[in-house]
Amino acid sequence: MKNPRLQRMLVTSASSLLAVFVALCICAVILLITGKDPIEAYRTLFGAAGETKVLQGALNRATPLMISAAAVAIGFKMNLFNIGVEGQMRVALLATAVAGAAVDLPAPLHILFCLVVAMASGAIWAGIAGWLKVKRGVNEVISTIMLNFVALSLVAWAFDSFFRAESTTGSLLVKTKELPTSAWFPDIVDRRLNGMFFVAILVLVLFYVLVWKTKFGFQLRASGANAGASRVTGVNPKRMVMISMLLSGALAGLVGMRALLGDVHAYQNNLAEQQGFNGIAVALLGRNHPLGIFISALLFGYLGEASGRLQLIDIPKEITTIMTGIIVLAVVIINEAVKRWDDRRIQHKAALALESAAVPA
Amino acid sequence: MRKNSRLLAASIAALSLFAAACGDDDSGSSSKVIAGIAFDTGGRGDGTFNDSAATGGERAASELGVEIKELEAAVDEDRKANLELLAGDGAQVIVGVGFMFTDPMTEVAAANPDVQFGIVDSVVDAPNVSSLLFAANQGSFLVGAAAALKSTTGQIGFIGGQEIDLIKEFEAGYTSGAKYVNPDIVVNVKYLGPAGDNSAWGNVAGAKEIAAGWYAAGADVVYTAAGGSGAGTIEAAIEAGKWAIGVDSDQYLTSGDAAAQAVILTSMLKRVDVAVFETIKASVNGDKSGGIKMFDLSNDGVGYSTSGGHIDEFVSQLDEIKAKVVAGEIEVPTKP
Repeated sequence: MKNPRLQRMLVTSASSLLAVFVALCICAVILLITGKDPIEAYRTLFGAAGETKVLQGALNRATPLMISAAAVAIGFKMNLFNIGVEGQMRVALLATAVAGAAVDLPAPLHILFCLVVAMASGAIWAGIAGWLKVKRGVNEVISTIMLNFVALSLVAWAFDSFFRAESTTGSLLVKTKELPTSAWFPDIVDRRLNGMFFVAILVLVLFYVLVWKTKFGFQLRASGANAGASRVTGVNPKRMVMISMLLSGALAGLVGMRALLGDVHAYQNNLAEQQGFNGIAVALLGRNHPLGIFISALLFGYLGEASGRLQLIDIPKEITTIMTGIIVLAVVIINEAVKRWDDRRIQHKAALALESAAVPA
Repeated sequence: MRKNSRLLAASIAALSLFAAACGDDDSGSSSKVIAGIAFDTGGRGDGTFNDSAATGGERAASELGVEIKELEAAVDEDRKANLELLAGDGAQVIVGVGFMFTDPMTEVAAANPDVQFGIVDSVVDAPNVSSLLFAANQGSFLVGAAAALKSTTGQIGFIGGQEIDLIKEFEAGYTSGAKYVNPDIVVNVKYLGPAGDNSAWGNVAGAKEIAAGWYAAGADVVYTAAGGSGAGTIEAAIEAGKWAIGVDSDQYLTSGDAAAQAVILTSMLKRVDVAVFETIKASVNGDKSGGIKMFDLSNDGVGYSTSGGHIDEFVSQLDEIKAKVVAGEIEVPTKP
């Protein structure tokens, strides 16, 4: 327990676990109030963990969450709150579906092309908010929220006006032209777990390396923690804002790719909806750390996958929504409380050390 | 923002379950046929489309003695997962409520050839799937005619939910029905959101604002095809003392509120309940034929309601128009 970093990590994980536990207790009370049996509910909820199918589904659901949480977290590191991941994802979805269907390339290149288009279009859309912040001082929270609405409407309009392929079956489900099979991201487990899972892992690893192991990452964190101070050391905060917005947007562009390249293979309305927003909660729960994001994305993916079983025993699906909401709230509250306690503890230790050092002098 | 409002809605839903939860019982007799209903996001409680499907399930439970299992999707991935879960839970017949189930059902139906499926508002080309289609344009044509007959100002309105083909059919039928009766009528049209904006199905305040504006500007009948948002139009109609037209379910009956009943002129009936019931019944009877089942005016799969007696004076005229549509003398457009 000498290593302060290890200590800090242990405190963080313990407080997150505590938060999840507290949230489960609160939900148990809600279940009791609504006349349901919490023990039966939790047995159903966590009992499903033994099934391979459920675990595959959980990993599959965790895939976009990991990426969108990383997109949010990279902004957080620079003290930027990118709420526009959803909108950036939407723009990238349509752009990639259209561009991907328009070109003809061999399989690995075609997929790579699609991923690049997705990242570029997401970055451009996020870049608008970055530019507004840097040039005009517009708060990125406001601009990204507003740009979400703009993206939703713009994409719906562009899709409906230019890119819809008329359905041949009489189905009302309208899509863009289907991507050629060379652009399909292969499954790990057929129709259960898509290979984009590995891309998500790669994103988290790169995120870790970039933010914690490079000079740029250090500057990013320094600038995020104290823009004024790091400016003195030669870090241009405006440049950092722009770069982290672009990076965040590029990742946001990847969020929908499991749904697009791995599942539906065409753009349709509501594709991958909410995955950009859900990343915010995952990033909060994971405390913007890749490992934390990985674990909390798995937790959210699992809760989502298992929630259907709760409905089968007459527990409404809202209970899992409430549960995730309470978990995030509990994490934020408990983490803050623990952080204050930990800060005081360290201050106290430092004060003691100073005192004992001061005496002989 | 969305997250917050969803959470709030969820908490309210959980609390309201407090009352509902008390009277639940089930004696799991294993011989019962299990029928599954998979709702889309938004799901039950809209007072129109989804609740109509639920009514069909309830009728099957009481008349056919089947056990109904309901699952509601929260996110994209839930649709397929829920269909699989129902199939794995022993459901003999599963109905997916809404066209977003098209792809998931194609997949799950192929993997479960012994299970019968039904899909509302879409087509899945598989031997064990019944595609339940509705000529909503025809039903809307009749309520459009009713609106034009009732209107004294020559101005009426249509509020749609998401601006998608499905809802544009309602608009097309309504407008052409109104113009059939009164070629000079002014039909205001507005949608609550672009395609993909799910808030359009529950935007009560938005619908109320639009309807109130139109009422103030001289319109006297407004038809709303926007799921739960329609409640806003009814509120505006009550305040303005004008008429509202319901959709999917007979909203005169589902509202159960005297003030609302006084202003609900009629409702365009889209008998999702009948479609769900018939699909379950066919499966119970061992009928394994799939294919497209069209619900239109000719088989009363769509229609208009007369509850409240606000359009009694026009019923003979409306039935004449209906006969013409059925006979093919009037062709109702599907696109505005």
